[in-house]
Amino acid sequence: MANLKNVSKKTKAQAMGMHSEVLTGRTQQKFFNPDEAENFYYFGTYDVDFNKRTDLDVKDMTAADANKEIDNLMSQGYGTIVIKNPQGKHSLGVGILNKLNLIFEGSLGYFGMGSCDGPIVRINGRVGWSCAENLMAGKVVIEKNAGSCFGAAIRGGDLICKGSVGARTGIDMKGGTIIIGGDAGAFTGFMMQRGRIIILGDVGINLGDSMYDGTIFVGGEIGSYGSDAVDAELTKNDQDWLRRKLKVAEIGENFDLSKMKKIVAGKKLWNYDNLEPTEKKGAI
Amino acid sequence: MCGIAGLIHRGKSSKVGHELQGMLQALKHRGEDSTGYALYGDTDGKNFIMRFKVGENVGEGSSSVMEDISVYDERKKIVDNYLSEMGAKIIKEERILPYSLRYEIQYDKKDLLEFSQRIESIPGVEILSMGKSLEVIKDLGNAKMVCERYNLDKLVGTHAIGHARMATESGVDIKSAHPFWGYPFSDVSVVHNGQLTNYWNNRRTLENKGMRFMSECDSELIAVYIAQKMREGASLEEGMKESLVGLDGVFTYFVATKDSLGMAKDTMAAKPLVLYESDDLVAMGSEEIAIRSILPQEIDTYDPFDGEVKVWQI
Repeated sequence: MANLKNVSKKTKAQAMGMHSEVLTGRTQQKFFNPDEAENFYYFGTYDVDFNKRTDLDVKDMTAADANKEIDNLMSQGYGTIVIKNPQGKHSLGVGILNKLNLIFEGSLGYFGMGSCDGPIVRINGRVGWSCAENLMAGKVVIEKNAGSCFGAAIRGGDLICKGSVGARTGIDMKGGTIIIGGDAGAFTGFMMQRGRIIILGDVGINLGDSMYDGTIFVGGEIGSYGSDAVDAELTKNDQDWLRRKLKVAEIGENFDLSKMKKIVAGKKLWNYDNLEPTEKKGAI
Repeated sequence: MCGIAGLIHRGKSSKVGHELQGMLQALKHRGEDSTGYALYGDTDGKNFIMRFKVGENVGEGSSSVMEDISVYDERKKIVDNYLSEMGAKIIKEERILPYSLRYEIQYDKKDLLEFSQRIESIPGVEILSMGKSLEVIKDLGNAKMVCERYNLDKLVGTHAIGHARMATESGVDIKSAHPFWGYPFSDVSVVHNGQLTNYWNNRRTLENKGMRFMSECDSELIAVYIAQKMREGASLEEGMKESLVGLDGVFTYFVATKDSLGMAKDTMAAKPLVLYESDDLVAMGSEEIAIRSILPQEIDTYDPFDGEVKVWQI
């Protein structure tokens, strides 16, 4: 078991198991140098007004057309867009690099909300595989269930599923937080490198298999541990952070946090820190 | 990649041919080399329905060799003779395409092994399905094309499974297309999405036990594997649970019998499946859009977990 309490010269965040956590994403970077700001331009972004609201019915639209129309509405300054009749279409809402309130009145198919940076999204239905893949910043809330590879390779932001999720949740994630209200399938946190996953229900086999870093919190039963996933002590700091996070996520506010199990990397795997400089460059 | 879809109405019948066509057509981007339907129609249950082929579709994209239509006629004649010799009476005969036929047969024996072996001893002849409710229809092209070619739109029944195929492990032909009949069991069919990595080991073992393989498609193994388990006395659900250990690779598959429909997902959960379940209908497919084709309203769906096996009755 990792004994983080006894590690010397660690900050509070480090003691919580986030010792190498570096959140990324446009909204969390320090790039606003006043001298450079004038010339700064982030492709595909617009000034939007959250009080300017519109509906978009995508029933008879292709995903590409729907996404173009969302972009078009943002360019007109709409800051709140309600998508009607998504009907399980794939790849809806991808590549949004804006602050935006986006509401889906229904379910999405595969790859919904992929490669986004900044929007606040609520999906009043279910999502298919690979929802919010590569999320950089923002918040995506799913009211029902989600498919496999939920939050694959996210770098930042909050990804919340109030129902259950499939296998390989948070695979290869490099930052951000994933919160699951129900159960999660096999290989949750597979090869995760940074970030945090919170599961209030049960998880399947091979939890945290081959994880390099990051932290997984599980409220229910664990099917089995994956290679190099080990238990760690749940500290008061962890519980404080979990309470805040669950409150913000509007999920599991009355959950008994003392029952949470904390899982971290055993650090026995091949990892970047052990590489020779030339290998490290190649791996990155 | 391939896509699979299935549905079962509980306590009523519906136009399952039309419904499955919509579901499979929604999945056509997952593969349209061939499409297959296993439809469980409403029948009086007295006679067997035998769907069989006496040749291959040699249309565009096919990996089959063209044969003269007279060869098909000759094979059909031999089939008719064999049926007569085995005491099977042809009640109704339909030649839907030169190479594809549907017979309604009065046949009193329960064991179909000897029957099937005799018919399939004719080179180029394959029984696609045999049952009192099941009809397997498969051909090259997407779901709409196959549905129109075989006039499946109006078929009424209780449940159905189907497959949209992107050929990866074997040729583009009817014999490698899904669904596979659970030979020699009446009314058993299988569709599969994935790849089996211990195909040859299992095939050799099963062939030594007298089971038959008609193609080199790895998915056929599932039908034969389940059929063998049932031959040994296992129930459908028991056979499916054993397959999670006996079959190696990544897979999601459906099995249907005369009155039930089941799904199994491998322990890696590597292949997708979305499921909708209500009191009177279960619908499932590789993608949610398949289910949306018959249920456009907002519904609750979920992904079954790794190593999960479920069976529903009509």
